Amino acid sequence: MNTVYSINDVATAVALVDVNAAEAGLPAVSASGLTAKNVDVFYGDTQALHDVSIDICSKQITALIGPSGCGKTTFLRCLNRMNDVVDGCRVTGSITLDGEDIYAPGVDIVELRSRIGMVFQKPNPFPKSVFENIAYGPKIHGLAEHRTDLEEIVVTSLRKAGLFEEVKDRLHQPATGLSGGQQQRLCIARAISINPEVLLMDEPCSALDPIATSRIEDLMWELKENYSIIIVTHSMQQAARVSQRTGFFHLGDLVEVNMTEKIFQNPVDSRTRDYITGRFG
Amino acid sequence: MRPNNKEKLRKRARAEWRFRLYGIMSLLFAGTALVFLVSTIVSSGHSAFFKTTIELEFKLDAERLGIEIPYARENLWAGRYYTAAKYALYALFPEVTSRPDKRALSRMLSPGAELELRDYVIAHPGKIGEIVTLEVPVSSDYDQLYKGHLARSGKHTKLSARQMEQFDRLVGEGLIHYRFNPGFLTAADSRYPELAGIGGAITGSFYALLVCFLLSFPLGIAAALYLEEFSKDTRLTRMIEANINNLAAVPSVIFGLLGLAVILNVFGLPRGTPLVGGMVLALMTLPTIIIACRSSLRAVSPGIRQGALAMGASPVQVVFQQVLPAAMPGTLTGTIIGLAQALGETAPLLMIGMVAFIANVPATPLDSSASLPVQIYLWAESAERGFVEKTAAAIIVIMSFLILMNLLAVIIRSRTQTKVE
Repeated sequence: MNTVYSINDVATAVALVDVNAAEAGLPAVSASGLTAKNVDVFYGDTQALHDVSIDICSKQITALIGPSGCGKTTFLRCLNRMNDVVDGCRVTGSITLDGEDIYAPGVDIVELRSRIGMVFQKPNPFPKSVFENIAYGPKIHGLAEHRTDLEEIVVTSLRKAGLFEEVKDRLHQPATGLSGGQQQRLCIARAISINPEVLLMDEPCSALDPIATSRIEDLMWELKENYSIIIVTHSMQQAARVSQRTGFFHLGDLVEVNMTEKIFQNPVDSRTRDYITGRFG
Repeated sequence: MRPNNKEKLRKRARAEWRFRLYGIMSLLFAGTALVFLVSTIVSSGHSAFFKTTIELEFKLDAERLGIEIPYARENLWAGRYYTAAKYALYALFPEVTSRPDKRALSRMLSPGAELELRDYVIAHPGKIGEIVTLEVPVSSDYDQLYKGHLARSGKHTKLSARQMEQFDRLVGEGLIHYRFNPGFLTAADSRYPELAGIGGAITGSFYALLVCFLLSFPLGIAAALYLEEFSKDTRLTRMIEANINNLAAVPSVIFGLLGLAVILNVFGLPRGTPLVGGMVLALMTLPTIIIACRSSLRAVSPGIRQGALAMGASPVQVVFQQVLPAAMPGTLTGTIIGLAQALGETAPLLMIGMVAFIANVPATPLDSSASLPVQIYLWAESAERGFVEKTAAAIIVIMSFLILMNLLAVIIRSRTQTKVE
């Protein structure tokens, strides 16, 4: 993170947000059912997150920003228990989805992940056809009884991800042949094919060019009508453009979380102010 | 400074040029060696795919053949076909009358002549009583003489001047033919070079490789999957890993000794069979497959694993539905190369007794059998001149199989590469 953002950039971005928020008739903060309380994460002996508490708002985009290594991705991966596969990773505190602790013994990870989908930094389509990529989730969760149901899910998901028109003639060709931006939208289509409640996005645009990035951002804007989205991003402009709420992480602490325009215009903490004005990070 | 620099640059350019020259020279050397090897083998082996036959008129007289009525299979089987074949040959040389001369003349016929006549009569019992014209094989010495492998004079000459003269007369009369010899690929081993084939050895090798594949492929994949995907990184797994790598470098004869001590002596499985051979080869191939499978599993992008996990797949589903299919091309390539290695392996098969003279094509993997490399070894040791070309021809066959298998591996690799990217 060496880019220095001028105050002007941020101000423009914030102005945009204001317009968008007004258009969308931004609701007051309402809990989505996903809540983290006093979450600590350790990798072996190193503590990566300190006492993080946040309520995720329903049908809104929450952006998590902060310098590299601040723990924002770690926190994101706690929310669908992707950290389980990391050796020596320990999570304490409580993360609840609709009042149930997702780390309680006996929680079915398969069910949890069907409710909290994830899109990764690098597009990671399976080395199979476009169709098979989308059909994989519905198949393992038994969402489609017949082939026709499955086809419908695939088409709907691709439409929602704004990809259908581009790939309708090559549904049965390898997904790895798509462009980077198409691959990422395919991954989004794959994630929403099983109708999750929450969508986690880990820097979904960092491997994409500006045009593909803006398509994904438009898509997120549409998707937030139906899903709660949490996006980790390195780009403060992106956070300002797409999110309604923003959380700022620094050295494993969630320093501040608030309405996006508040964070960018009038942050409470001096560290947040320093970061968004480009004084470090 | 400048001129000095120029000198340095020139030196560097010359060093580069020299290095390139060395590379080209070593390539040329390797290429020449290969051409020499292949041309020697092909030039001495190609004639084994052909046989020399003699065209004879056989009087199928029931009395002379000693065939009793009815012409049932067992009666036909018992006929004196060797006598009949000899008489057909004598008829071409009425001037040969004395017993020793007749015996010398009859050497021209291969024992195969008798067998072919018998098979013909069994297939056409209606022809008994008629005169038929058949082509039957000549014996190995005459075959070699016709192919030009046998010196016409000198102390190594096996045939007398008289015998050669008789044969030359038949050649002049157009009764000697040079035919493609399908028997070389289908027949089993024989004491008579002109009748010996590698059909038995091919079948034995096929069964052994089948057993080897059926054992080592699933075991190798299971071991690789467990080590790569499920086991924790402990001292024990690291030790197993090191040992697998070491096993791949163990001389194959040691695996043969292990097979002899354990599979034959402890479990008491039948000696010298493709089943046991395949089991020993499987032990040898396992490390190759495990290593190939593990490295292709490691090469599967972690994004695929994470993507599948995030979709709610269980670790087993991730492995079997996403990771293993993605790693399959590399695993298959490694397996084919391992099997190609196993196909050429001789030493372990010698240890478990697959080195006997077997005159039958094995029907099942439980029958004693030869195998391609051991057949080459056996023929190379034989004294008869006729086996020299057979040895070279068997080498051509095994090399063709090896090239085919490696080609298959290359095709699998390149096809999946173009598919993925």
